[in-house]
Amino acid sequence: MSFPTRGFRGRRQLDAPADRIPPGQYVTDDFPVLSAGPTPRVPLEEWRFTMTDPLGSERSWTWADFTALPTETVTVDIHCVTKWSKLDTTWEGVSLDTLLADGTDRAGGHVLFHSYGGYTTNLPLEDVTGGKAWIAFNYDGQPLDPEHGGPARLLVPHLYFWKSAKWVDRATLSDSDRPGFWESYGYHNYGDPWREQRYQGD
Amino acid sequence: MAGAALPGRLNWLIARATEIIEETQRVRSIVLDCPGWPGHLPGHHIDIRLTAEDGYQAQRSYSIARPADDEEVVITVELVDEGEISPFLIEDLRIGDRIEIRGPVGGYFVWEPSRGGPLQLIGGGSGVVPLMAMLRARVRAGSDVPVRYLSSARSHDDLIYRSELESVSSEVEGVEVLHTLTRSKPPDWTGLEGRVDRVMLARQAWPSFTRPLCYVCGPTGFVETVANSLVSLGHQPSRIKTERFGPTN
Amino acid sequence: MDNERHLDGNALAGLFHDVFGREMTHECGCCSHCGAMNQLGAAWVFRAAGDVVRCPNCESIVMVIVQNSDGFRVSFESLRWLQISA
Repeated sequence: MSFPTRGFRGRRQLDAPADRIPPGQYVTDDFPVLSAGPTPRVPLEEWRFTMTDPLGSERSWTWADFTALPTETVTVDIHCVTKWSKLDTTWEGVSLDTLLADGTDRAGGHVLFHSYGGYTTNLPLEDVTGGKAWIAFNYDGQPLDPEHGGPARLLVPHLYFWKSAKWVDRATLSDSDRPGFWESYGYHNYGDPWREQRYQGD
Repeated sequence: MAGAALPGRLNWLIARATEIIEETQRVRSIVLDCPGWPGHLPGHHIDIRLTAEDGYQAQRSYSIARPADDEEVVITVELVDEGEISPFLIEDLRIGDRIEIRGPVGGYFVWEPSRGGPLQLIGGGSGVVPLMAMLRARVRAGSDVPVRYLSSARSHDDLIYRSELESVSSEVEGVEVLHTLTRSKPPDWTGLEGRVDRVMLARQAWPSFTRPLCYVCGPTGFVETVANSLVSLGHQPSRIKTERFGPTN
Repeated sequence: MDNERHLDGNALAGLFHDVFGREMTHECGCCSHCGAMNQLGAAWVFRAAGDVVRCPNCESIVMVIVQNSDGFRVSFESLRWLQISA
Protein backbone atom coordinates (compact mmCIF):
# COMPACT_ATOMS: atom_id res chain seq x y z
CA MET A 1 0.00 0.00 0.00
CA SER A 2 1.22 3.54 -0.72
CA PHE A 3 1.83 6.01 2.02
CA PRO A 4 1.19 9.73 1.68
CA THR A 5 4.20 11.74 0.57
CA ARG A 6 4.80 14.55 3.02
CA GLY A 7 3.71 17.85 1.52
CA PHE A 8 2.53 16.55 -1.86
CA ARG A 9 -0.76 17.84 -3.24
CA GLY A 10 -0.39 17.85 -7.00
CA ARG A 11 -1.65 20.54 -9.32
CA ARG A 12 -5.34 19.86 -9.16
CA GLN A 13 -7.67 22.55 -7.93
CA LEU A 14 -8.99 21.63 -4.53
CA ASP A 15 -11.66 24.30 -4.16
CA ALA A 16 -13.82 23.45 -7.19
CA PRO A 17 -17.58 23.03 -6.52
CA ALA A 18 -18.15 19.36 -5.72
CA ASP A 19 -21.49 19.09 -7.49
CA ARG A 20 -19.82 19.83 -10.81
CA ILE A 21 -17.20 17.12 -10.48
CA PRO A 22 -18.19 13.60 -11.53
CA PRO A 23 -16.94 10.72 -9.37
CA GLY A 24 -13.22 10.02 -9.58
CA GLN A 25 -12.37 13.24 -11.39
CA TYR A 26 -9.93 16.04 -10.51
CA VAL A 27 -10.22 19.61 -11.71
CA THR A 28 -7.37 21.13 -13.68
CA ASP A 29 -6.80 24.54 -15.16
CA ASP A 30 -4.57 23.06 -17.84
CA PHE A 31 -5.92 21.71 -21.09
CA PRO A 32 -4.00 18.44 -21.55
CA VAL A 33 -3.48 17.24 -25.09
CA LEU A 34 -4.22 13.55 -25.53
CA SER A 35 -4.06 12.03 -28.99
CA ALA A 36 -3.97 8.47 -30.30
CA GLY A 37 -1.88 9.43 -33.31
CA PRO A 38 -0.11 12.28 -35.10
CA THR A 39 -1.98 15.58 -35.42
CA PRO A 40 -3.52 15.84 -38.88
CA ARG A 41 -2.95 19.12 -40.69
CA VAL A 42 -6.03 19.98 -42.73
CA PRO A 43 -5.94 23.09 -44.91
CA LEU A 44 -9.29 24.86 -44.69
CA GLU A 45 -9.76 24.82 -48.44
CA GLU A 46 -9.64 21.01 -48.32
CA TRP A 47 -11.76 20.58 -45.19
CA ARG A 48 -15.09 18.81 -45.59
CA PHE A 49 -17.68 17.59 -43.16
CA THR A 50 -19.90 14.85 -44.59
CA MET A 51 -23.06 13.39 -43.14
CA THR A 52 -24.24 10.03 -44.49
CA ASP A 53 -27.73 8.77 -43.76
CA PRO A 54 -28.75 5.09 -43.27
CA LEU A 55 -29.67 4.88 -46.96
CA GLY A 56 -26.23 6.03 -47.98
CA SER A 57 -27.03 9.48 -49.28
CA GLU A 58 -24.49 12.12 -48.39
CA ARG A 59 -24.52 15.78 -47.59
CA SER A 60 -21.19 17.65 -47.47
CA TRP A 61 -20.18 21.05 -46.22
CA THR A 62 -17.03 22.90 -47.21
CA TRP A 63 -15.44 25.25 -44.69
CA ALA A 64 -17.20 28.16 -46.36
CA ASP A 65 -20.57 26.34 -46.22
CA PHE A 66 -19.97 25.36 -42.64
CA THR A 67 -18.99 28.74 -41.30
CA ALA A 68 -21.99 30.31 -43.02
CA LEU A 69 -24.31 28.24 -40.82
CA PRO A 70 -25.75 29.70 -37.61
CA THR A 71 -23.39 29.11 -34.70
CA GLU A 72 -23.76 28.98 -30.96
CA THR A 73 -21.37 29.88 -28.18
CA VAL A 74 -21.57 27.58 -25.20
CA THR A 75 -19.78 27.34 -21.88
CA VAL A 76 -19.55 23.79 -20.61
CA ASP A 77 -17.60 21.55 -18.26
CA ILE A 78 -15.60 18.76 -19.87
CA HIS A 79 -14.53 15.47 -18.32
CA CYS A 80 -11.73 13.26 -19.61
CA VAL A 81 -11.71 9.58 -18.77
CA THR A 82 -8.08 9.97 -17.66
CA LYS A 83 -9.58 11.74 -14.64
CA TRP A 84 -9.12 15.43 -15.34
CA SER A 85 -12.07 17.78 -15.61
CA LYS A 86 -12.02 21.34 -16.84
CA LEU A 87 -14.81 23.69 -15.86
CA ASP A 88 -16.35 26.57 -17.77
CA THR A 89 -14.78 25.98 -21.15
CA THR A 90 -16.16 28.18 -23.91
CA TRP A 91 -16.67 26.95 -27.44
CA GLU A 92 -18.24 28.26 -30.60
CA GLY A 93 -19.66 25.82 -33.10
CA VAL A 94 -22.52 24.62 -35.22
CA SER A 95 -25.11 22.55 -33.39
CA LEU A 96 -25.65 19.01 -34.65
CA ASP A 97 -29.36 19.93 -34.66
CA THR A 98 -28.60 22.57 -37.32
CA LEU A 99 -26.63 20.10 -39.43
CA LEU A 100 -29.27 17.39 -39.12
CA ALA A 101 -32.06 19.84 -39.97
CA ASP A 102 -30.47 20.32 -43.37
CA GLY A 103 -32.68 17.57 -44.72
CA THR A 104 -30.71 14.50 -43.70
CA ASP A 105 -32.89 11.54 -42.85
CA ARG A 106 -33.01 11.05 -39.10
CA ALA A 107 -33.95 7.40 -39.21
CA GLY A 108 -31.54 5.16 -37.47
CA GLY A 109 -30.73 5.60 -33.84
CA HIS A 110 -26.93 5.62 -34.02
CA VAL A 111 -24.15 7.75 -35.35
CA LEU A 112 -20.48 6.98 -35.89
CA PHE A 113 -18.20 10.00 -36.11
CA HIS A 114 -14.98 9.76 -38.10
CA SER A 115 -11.92 11.96 -37.95
CA TYR A 116 -9.07 12.90 -40.23
CA GLY A 117 -6.36 10.47 -39.18
CA GLY A 118 -8.73 7.55 -38.68
CA TYR A 119 -10.20 8.03 -35.22
CA THR A 120 -13.84 7.07 -34.66
CA THR A 121 -16.38 7.24 -31.87
CA ASN A 122 -19.99 6.05 -31.66
CA LEU A 123 -22.99 7.68 -30.01
CA PRO A 124 -26.74 7.24 -29.84
CA LEU A 125 -28.38 9.84 -32.10
CA GLU A 126 -30.38 11.16 -29.17
CA ASP A 127 -27.12 12.08 -27.41
CA VAL A 128 -26.10 14.46 -30.16
CA THR A 129 -29.48 16.11 -30.68
CA GLY A 130 -31.63 18.43 -28.61
CA GLY A 131 -28.84 20.89 -27.94
CA LYS A 132 -26.32 18.38 -26.65
CA ALA A 133 -23.62 18.43 -29.34
CA TRP A 134 -21.77 20.78 -31.67
CA ILE A 135 -19.08 20.75 -34.30
CA ALA A 136 -16.84 23.31 -32.62
CA PHE A 137 -14.23 25.43 -34.39
CA ASN A 138 -13.43 28.09 -31.79
CA TYR A 139 -12.20 27.52 -28.27
CA ASP A 140 -11.96 30.35 -25.77
CA GLY A 141 -12.62 32.89 -28.49
CA GLN A 142 -9.81 31.69 -30.76
CA PRO A 143 -9.70 29.28 -33.71
CA LEU A 144 -9.34 25.77 -32.37
CA ASP A 145 -5.70 24.71 -32.22
CA PRO A 146 -4.82 21.61 -34.28
CA GLU A 147 -3.55 19.93 -31.10
CA HIS A 148 -7.01 20.29 -29.62
CA GLY A 149 -8.80 19.12 -32.74
CA GLY A 150 -8.77 22.07 -35.11
CA PRO A 151 -10.04 23.00 -37.67
CA ALA A 152 -13.15 21.49 -36.03
CA ARG A 153 -14.00 18.86 -33.47
CA LEU A 154 -17.12 17.24 -32.14
CA LEU A 155 -18.16 18.57 -28.75
CA VAL A 156 -20.42 16.36 -26.60
CA PRO A 157 -19.75 17.58 -23.08
CA HIS A 158 -22.24 15.38 -21.21
CA LEU A 159 -20.15 12.29 -22.01
CA TYR A 160 -16.47 11.53 -21.39
CA PHE A 161 -14.37 13.66 -23.68
CA TRP A 162 -13.08 10.79 -25.84
CA LYS A 163 -16.53 11.01 -27.45
CA SER A 164 -15.74 14.58 -28.56
CA ALA A 165 -13.79 13.46 -31.58
CA LYS A 166 -11.00 15.77 -32.69
CA TRP A 167 -10.51 16.59 -36.39
CA VAL A 168 -14.01 15.36 -37.16
CA ASP A 169 -14.79 14.94 -40.84
CA ARG A 170 -17.76 12.60 -41.13
CA ALA A 171 -20.91 11.45 -39.37
CA THR A 172 -22.46 8.18 -40.45
CA LEU A 173 -26.07 7.73 -39.33
CA SER A 174 -27.12 4.12 -38.99
CA ASP A 175 -29.63 1.67 -37.60
CA SER A 176 -26.86 -0.30 -35.98
CA ASP A 177 -24.34 0.63 -33.33
CA ARG A 178 -20.70 0.13 -34.25
CA PRO A 179 -18.06 0.67 -31.57
CA GLY A 180 -15.52 3.37 -32.32
CA PHE A 181 -11.81 3.48 -31.56
CA TRP A 182 -11.63 3.57 -27.75
CA GLU A 183 -14.87 1.63 -27.45
CA SER A 184 -13.30 -1.25 -29.36
CA TYR A 185 -10.17 -1.16 -27.21
CA GLY A 186 -12.04 -1.62 -23.95
CA TYR A 187 -13.65 1.66 -23.06
CA HIS A 188 -17.35 1.89 -22.26
CA ASN A 189 -19.77 2.01 -25.18
CA TYR A 190 -21.73 4.97 -23.76
CA GLY A 191 -19.40 6.81 -21.34
CA ASP A 192 -21.52 8.75 -18.82
CA PRO A 193 -19.10 10.43 -16.37
CA TRP A 194 -21.81 10.76 -13.71
CA ARG A 195 -22.24 6.99 -13.63
CA GLU A 196 -18.47 6.59 -13.98
CA GLN A 197 -18.84 4.50 -17.13
CA ARG A 198 -15.17 4.39 -18.05
CA TYR A 199 -14.53 0.81 -19.15
CA GLN A 200 -16.50 -1.91 -20.88
CA GLY A 201 -18.41 -3.71 -18.17
CA ASP A 202 -18.70 -0.75 -15.81
CA MET B 1 5.21 -2.66 1.83
CA ALA B 2 2.70 -5.48 2.17
CA GLY B 3 3.57 -8.90 0.84
CA ALA B 4 6.70 -10.44 -0.57
CA ALA B 5 8.10 -9.46 -3.94
CA LEU B 6 6.16 -11.34 -6.59
CA PRO B 7 8.10 -12.83 -9.48
CA GLY B 8 7.67 -10.71 -12.57
CA ARG B 9 6.32 -7.80 -10.55
CA LEU B 10 8.14 -4.51 -10.54
CA ASN B 11 7.68 -3.57 -6.92
CA TRP B 12 7.50 -0.11 -5.46
CA LEU B 13 10.35 0.54 -3.06
CA ILE B 14 10.68 3.28 -0.48
CA ALA B 15 13.60 5.62 -1.07
CA ARG B 16 14.83 8.30 1.26
CA ALA B 17 16.35 11.57 0.08
CA THR B 18 19.84 11.89 1.55
CA GLU B 19 21.28 14.78 -0.43
CA ILE B 20 19.99 17.55 -2.67
CA ILE B 21 22.38 19.22 -5.09
CA GLU B 22 21.58 22.44 -6.90
CA GLU B 23 22.83 21.90 -10.45
CA THR B 24 21.33 25.08 -11.90
CA GLN B 25 18.64 27.49 -10.81
CA ARG B 26 15.90 25.16 -12.04
CA VAL B 27 17.62 21.81 -11.78
CA ARG B 28 18.36 19.66 -8.75
CA SER B 29 20.03 16.32 -8.35
CA ILE B 30 18.47 14.21 -5.64
CA VAL B 31 20.41 11.40 -4.02
CA LEU B 32 18.12 8.62 -2.85
CA ASP B 33 18.98 5.75 -0.58
CA CYS B 34 16.79 2.82 -1.56
CA PRO B 35 16.94 -0.39 0.47
CA GLY B 36 16.39 -3.35 -1.81
CA TRP B 37 17.55 -1.52 -4.94
CA PRO B 38 18.68 -4.21 -7.39
CA GLY B 39 21.16 -2.01 -9.22
CA HIS B 40 20.89 -0.45 -12.64
CA LEU B 41 22.76 0.30 -15.85
CA PRO B 42 23.54 3.70 -17.41
CA GLY B 43 20.51 4.91 -19.34
CA HIS B 44 17.91 3.23 -17.15
CA HIS B 45 15.13 5.26 -15.58
CA ILE B 46 12.86 4.95 -12.57
CA ASP B 47 9.20 5.68 -11.99
CA ILE B 48 8.38 7.88 -9.02
CA ARG B 49 4.95 7.79 -7.42
CA LEU B 50 3.69 10.43 -5.04
CA THR B 51 0.50 10.14 -3.00
CA ALA B 52 -1.45 13.01 -1.45
CA GLU B 53 -3.23 12.74 1.90
CA ASP B 54 -6.58 12.13 0.17
CA GLY B 55 -5.17 9.27 -1.90
CA TYR B 56 -4.59 11.21 -5.12
CA GLN B 57 -1.55 9.83 -6.91
CA ALA B 58 0.77 11.06 -9.61
CA GLN B 59 3.52 9.12 -11.31
CA ARG B 60 6.38 10.23 -13.56
CA SER B 61 9.58 8.76 -14.96
CA TYR B 62 13.07 10.14 -14.28
CA SER B 63 16.38 9.05 -15.75
CA ILE B 64 19.06 7.88 -13.36
CA ALA B 65 22.03 10.25 -13.41
CA ARG B 66 24.82 8.16 -11.90
CA PRO B 67 25.94 4.59 -12.51
CA ALA B 68 25.01 2.00 -9.91
CA ASP B 69 26.54 2.33 -6.47
CA ASP B 70 25.08 -0.11 -4.00
CA GLU B 71 21.56 1.06 -3.03
CA GLU B 72 21.97 4.65 -4.14
CA VAL B 73 19.81 6.10 -6.93
CA VAL B 74 20.54 9.61 -8.13
CA ILE B 75 18.12 11.50 -10.34
CA THR B 76 18.42 14.98 -11.82
CA VAL B 77 15.14 16.85 -12.09
CA GLU B 78 14.29 20.00 -14.00
CA LEU B 79 11.49 22.21 -12.73
CA VAL B 80 8.52 22.11 -15.09
CA ASP B 81 6.32 25.03 -14.06
CA GLU B 82 3.03 23.34 -14.74
CA GLY B 83 4.30 19.93 -13.69
CA GLU B 84 2.70 17.50 -11.27
CA ILE B 85 5.79 16.12 -9.60
CA SER B 86 8.83 18.24 -10.44
CA PRO B 87 7.61 21.30 -8.49
CA PHE B 88 7.34 19.10 -5.42
CA LEU B 89 10.77 17.54 -5.93
CA ILE B 90 12.45 20.89 -6.58
CA GLU B 91 10.61 23.14 -4.12
CA ASP B 92 9.27 20.95 -1.32
CA LEU B 93 11.35 17.79 -0.96
CA ARG B 94 13.58 17.78 2.10
CA ILE B 95 16.40 15.53 3.16
CA GLY B 96 14.90 12.61 5.05
CA ASP B 97 11.66 12.58 3.02
CA ARG B 98 10.55 9.20 1.72
CA ILE B 99 9.14 8.65 -1.75
CA GLU B 100 8.12 5.57 -3.72
CA ILE B 101 10.24 4.52 -6.66
CA ARG B 102 10.40 1.46 -8.88
CA GLY B 103 12.87 0.27 -11.44
CA PRO B 104 15.21 0.14 -13.10
CA VAL B 105 13.38 0.13 -16.44
CA GLY B 106 14.08 1.16 -19.99
CA GLY B 107 16.75 -1.28 -21.09
CA TYR B 108 16.36 -0.09 -24.67
CA PHE B 109 18.25 3.10 -23.82
CA VAL B 110 21.07 1.50 -21.90
CA TRP B 111 24.78 1.81 -22.75
CA GLU B 112 27.59 0.06 -20.95
CA PRO B 113 31.31 0.26 -21.73
CA SER B 114 31.26 -3.36 -22.90
CA ARG B 115 29.09 -2.31 -25.86
CA GLY B 116 31.96 -0.31 -27.27
CA GLY B 117 31.77 2.75 -29.44
CA PRO B 118 32.70 5.29 -30.43
CA LEU B 119 29.94 6.78 -28.30
CA GLN B 120 28.00 9.85 -29.39
CA LEU B 121 25.86 11.46 -26.72
CA ILE B 122 23.54 14.34 -27.66
CA GLY B 123 21.30 15.93 -25.04
CA GLY B 124 18.93 18.87 -25.01
CA GLY B 125 18.26 20.56 -21.68
CA SER B 126 17.65 17.94 -19.01
CA GLY B 127 17.97 15.28 -21.73
CA VAL B 128 21.59 15.09 -20.66
CA VAL B 129 20.70 13.17 -17.51
CA PRO B 130 20.84 9.56 -18.80
CA LEU B 131 23.78 10.53 -21.02
CA MET B 132 25.68 11.73 -17.98
CA ALA B 133 25.13 8.34 -16.36
CA MET B 134 26.71 6.78 -19.43
CA LEU B 135 29.64 9.19 -19.38
CA ARG B 136 30.19 8.72 -15.65
CA ALA B 137 30.14 4.96 -16.14
CA ARG B 138 32.70 5.18 -18.93
CA VAL B 139 35.01 7.27 -16.74
CA ARG B 140 34.55 5.14 -13.63
CA ALA B 141 35.27 1.95 -15.54
CA GLY B 142 38.46 3.39 -16.98
CA SER B 143 37.15 2.38 -20.37
CA ASP B 144 38.90 3.51 -23.53
CA VAL B 145 35.74 3.93 -25.58
CA PRO B 146 36.02 7.33 -27.28
CA VAL B 147 33.13 9.60 -26.34
CA ARG B 148 31.76 12.82 -27.79
CA TYR B 149 29.21 14.52 -25.55
CA LEU B 150 27.22 17.37 -27.05
CA SER B 151 24.70 19.24 -24.97
CA SER B 152 22.36 22.06 -25.80
CA ALA B 153 21.15 24.62 -23.28
CA ARG B 154 19.55 28.05 -23.40
CA SER B 155 22.34 29.83 -21.57
CA HIS B 156 25.61 29.19 -19.77
CA ASP B 157 23.83 29.09 -16.42
CA ASP B 158 21.50 26.38 -17.70
CA LEU B 159 24.31 23.96 -18.47
CA ILE B 160 23.83 20.97 -16.19
CA TYR B 161 26.93 19.27 -14.71
CA ARG B 162 29.06 22.03 -16.21
CA SER B 163 32.03 21.95 -13.86
CA GLU B 164 32.20 18.15 -13.67
CA LEU B 165 32.17 18.00 -17.45
CA GLU B 166 35.00 20.55 -17.62
CA SER B 167 37.11 18.37 -15.33
CA VAL B 168 36.30 15.20 -17.22
CA SER B 169 37.08 16.62 -20.61
CA SER B 170 40.40 18.06 -19.47
CA GLU B 171 41.51 15.12 -17.35
CA VAL B 172 40.15 12.06 -19.10
CA GLU B 173 41.59 10.93 -22.37
CA GLY B 174 39.17 10.09 -25.16
CA VAL B 175 36.30 12.22 -23.85
CA GLU B 176 35.32 15.36 -25.75
CA VAL B 177 32.65 17.66 -24.35
CA LEU B 178 30.91 20.31 -26.40
CA HIS B 179 28.11 22.66 -25.39
CA THR B 180 25.94 24.80 -27.58
CA LEU B 181 23.95 27.73 -26.24
CA THR B 182 20.74 28.64 -27.99
CA ARG B 183 19.51 31.89 -26.42
CA SER B 184 22.32 33.80 -24.78
CA LYS B 185 26.04 33.42 -24.27
CA PRO B 186 28.60 34.99 -21.94
CA PRO B 187 30.99 37.49 -23.56
CA ASP B 188 33.96 35.11 -23.38
CA TRP B 189 32.11 32.07 -24.71
CA THR B 190 34.25 29.83 -26.90
CA GLY B 191 31.77 27.00 -27.29
CA LEU B 192 29.11 26.45 -29.92
CA GLU B 193 26.08 28.61 -30.61
CA GLY B 194 22.65 27.88 -31.92
CA ARG B 195 20.46 24.81 -32.07
CA VAL B 196 21.89 21.40 -32.80
CA ASP B 197 21.25 20.83 -36.50
CA ARG B 198 22.62 18.87 -39.42
CA VAL B 199 25.40 21.38 -40.05
CA MET B 200 26.58 21.28 -36.44
CA LEU B 201 26.39 17.49 -36.34
CA ALA B 202 28.30 17.18 -39.60
CA ARG B 203 31.12 19.17 -38.00
CA GLN B 204 31.01 18.01 -34.39
CA ALA B 205 29.61 14.51 -34.16
CA TRP B 206 31.48 11.30 -34.89
CA PRO B 207 31.36 10.85 -38.66
CA SER B 208 29.05 8.07 -39.78
CA PHE B 209 31.89 5.93 -41.19
CA THR B 210 33.14 5.44 -37.61
CA ARG B 211 29.79 3.73 -36.89
CA PRO B 212 29.21 5.29 -33.50
CA LEU B 213 26.51 4.28 -31.06
CA CYS B 214 24.34 7.39 -30.74
CA TYR B 215 22.10 8.23 -27.81
CA VAL B 216 19.85 11.26 -28.17
CA CYS B 217 17.68 12.56 -25.35
CA GLY B 218 15.66 15.68 -24.70
CA PRO B 219 12.45 17.42 -25.73
CA THR B 220 10.57 15.80 -28.57
CA GLY B 221 11.36 18.47 -31.18
CA PHE B 222 15.06 18.38 -30.32
CA VAL B 223 15.27 14.60 -30.56
CA GLU B 224 13.34 14.59 -33.83
CA THR B 225 15.70 17.12 -35.46
CA VAL B 226 18.86 15.45 -34.19
CA ALA B 227 17.84 11.89 -35.06
CA ASN B 228 16.70 12.86 -38.55
CA SER B 229 19.92 14.80 -39.08
CA LEU B 230 22.05 11.85 -38.00
CA VAL B 231 20.23 9.56 -40.43
CA SER B 232 20.67 12.07 -43.23
CA LEU B 233 24.40 12.13 -42.44
CA GLY B 234 24.57 8.40 -43.01
CA HIS B 235 24.23 6.99 -39.51
CA GLN B 236 22.35 3.71 -39.34
CA PRO B 237 18.97 4.08 -37.63
CA SER B 238 19.68 0.90 -35.65
CA ARG B 239 22.68 2.61 -34.06
CA ILE B 240 20.65 5.62 -32.94
CA LYS B 241 18.67 5.33 -29.72
CA THR B 242 16.29 8.10 -28.80
CA GLU B 243 14.49 9.08 -25.62
CA ARG B 244 11.96 11.85 -26.03
CA PHE B 245 10.82 13.81 -23.01
CA GLY B 246 7.23 14.54 -23.91
CA PRO B 247 4.82 16.99 -22.40
CA THR B 248 3.56 15.66 -19.13
CA ASN B 249 -0.14 14.79 -19.07
CA MET C 1 4.77 14.88 -40.71
CA ASP C 2 3.59 16.00 -37.30
CA ASN C 3 5.13 13.92 -34.60
CA GLU C 4 5.34 16.48 -31.88
CA ARG C 5 3.17 14.47 -29.56
CA HIS C 6 4.76 11.05 -29.62
CA LEU C 7 7.19 9.52 -27.20
CA ASP C 8 9.49 6.54 -27.65
CA GLY C 9 8.46 3.07 -26.57
CA ASN C 10 11.04 3.38 -23.81
CA ALA C 11 8.60 5.70 -22.03
CA LEU C 12 6.34 2.68 -21.52
CA ALA C 13 9.07 0.58 -19.91
CA GLY C 14 7.30 0.51 -16.54
CA LEU C 15 3.90 -0.20 -18.09
CA PHE C 16 5.31 -3.01 -20.25
CA HIS C 17 6.78 -4.50 -17.10
CA ASP C 18 3.36 -4.35 -15.40
CA VAL C 19 1.66 -5.97 -18.39
CA PHE C 20 4.23 -8.55 -19.49
CA GLY C 21 5.96 -9.13 -16.18
CA ARG C 22 9.42 -8.26 -17.50
CA GLU C 23 11.53 -5.67 -19.23
CA MET C 24 10.28 -5.45 -22.82
CA THR C 25 11.76 -2.32 -24.38
CA HIS C 26 14.72 -4.15 -25.91
CA GLU C 27 12.57 -6.90 -27.45
CA CYS C 28 11.93 -6.83 -31.18
CA GLY C 29 8.60 -6.88 -32.94
CA CYS C 30 7.65 -7.13 -36.59
CA CYS C 31 4.97 -4.87 -38.05
CA SER C 32 2.47 -6.87 -40.10
CA HIS C 33 1.60 -3.80 -42.15
CA CYS C 34 5.03 -2.88 -43.50
CA GLY C 35 7.29 -5.68 -42.31
CA ALA C 36 9.66 -3.40 -40.39
CA MET C 37 11.37 -4.89 -37.34
CA ASN C 38 12.13 -2.66 -34.38
CA GLN C 39 12.75 -2.86 -30.68
CA LEU C 40 9.66 -1.90 -28.69
CA GLY C 41 11.70 0.93 -27.19
CA ALA C 42 11.87 2.52 -30.65
CA ALA C 43 8.12 2.46 -31.28
CA TRP C 44 6.10 5.65 -31.44
CA VAL C 45 3.96 6.00 -28.37
CA PHE C 46 0.89 8.16 -28.05
CA ARG C 47 -0.42 8.40 -24.52
CA ALA C 48 -4.10 9.18 -24.51
CA ALA C 49 -7.08 7.41 -22.94
CA GLY C 50 -4.92 4.36 -23.47
CA ASP C 51 -1.38 3.90 -24.72
CA VAL C 52 -1.14 3.53 -28.47
CA VAL C 53 2.04 1.90 -29.74
CA ARG C 54 2.74 2.57 -33.41
CA CYS C 55 5.27 1.23 -35.88
CA PRO C 56 8.05 3.82 -36.25
CA ASN C 57 8.27 3.02 -39.94
CA CYS C 58 4.67 3.21 -41.15
CA GLU C 59 2.72 4.60 -38.14
CA SER C 60 0.34 1.62 -38.06
CA ILE C 61 -1.02 0.74 -34.66
CA VAL C 62 0.90 -2.24 -33.32
CA MET C 63 -0.59 -2.48 -29.86
CA VAL C 64 -3.00 -0.58 -27.59
CA ILE C 65 -2.85 -0.86 -23.81
CA VAL C 66 -5.81 0.28 -21.71
CA GLN C 67 -5.56 0.14 -17.96
CA ASN C 68 -9.01 -0.74 -16.63
CA SER C 69 -10.56 -1.79 -13.31
CA ASP C 70 -9.41 -5.40 -13.70
CA GLY C 71 -5.87 -4.78 -14.88
CA PHE C 72 -4.81 -4.19 -18.45
CA ARG C 73 -6.48 -4.82 -21.78
CA VAL C 74 -3.85 -5.29 -24.45
CA SER C 75 -5.08 -5.16 -28.03
CA PHE C 76 -2.79 -6.44 -30.74
CA GLU C 77 -3.12 -4.94 -34.19
CA SER C 78 -0.27 -4.86 -36.69
CA LEU C 79 2.03 -7.14 -34.74
CA ARG C 80 3.10 -10.11 -36.81
CA TRP C 81 5.48 -11.37 -34.16
CA LEU C 82 7.20 -10.38 -30.97
CA GLN C 83 10.54 -11.93 -30.03
CA ILE C 84 10.91 -12.60 -26.31
CA SER C 85 14.51 -13.20 -25.36
CA ALA C 86 15.24 -16.20 -23.19
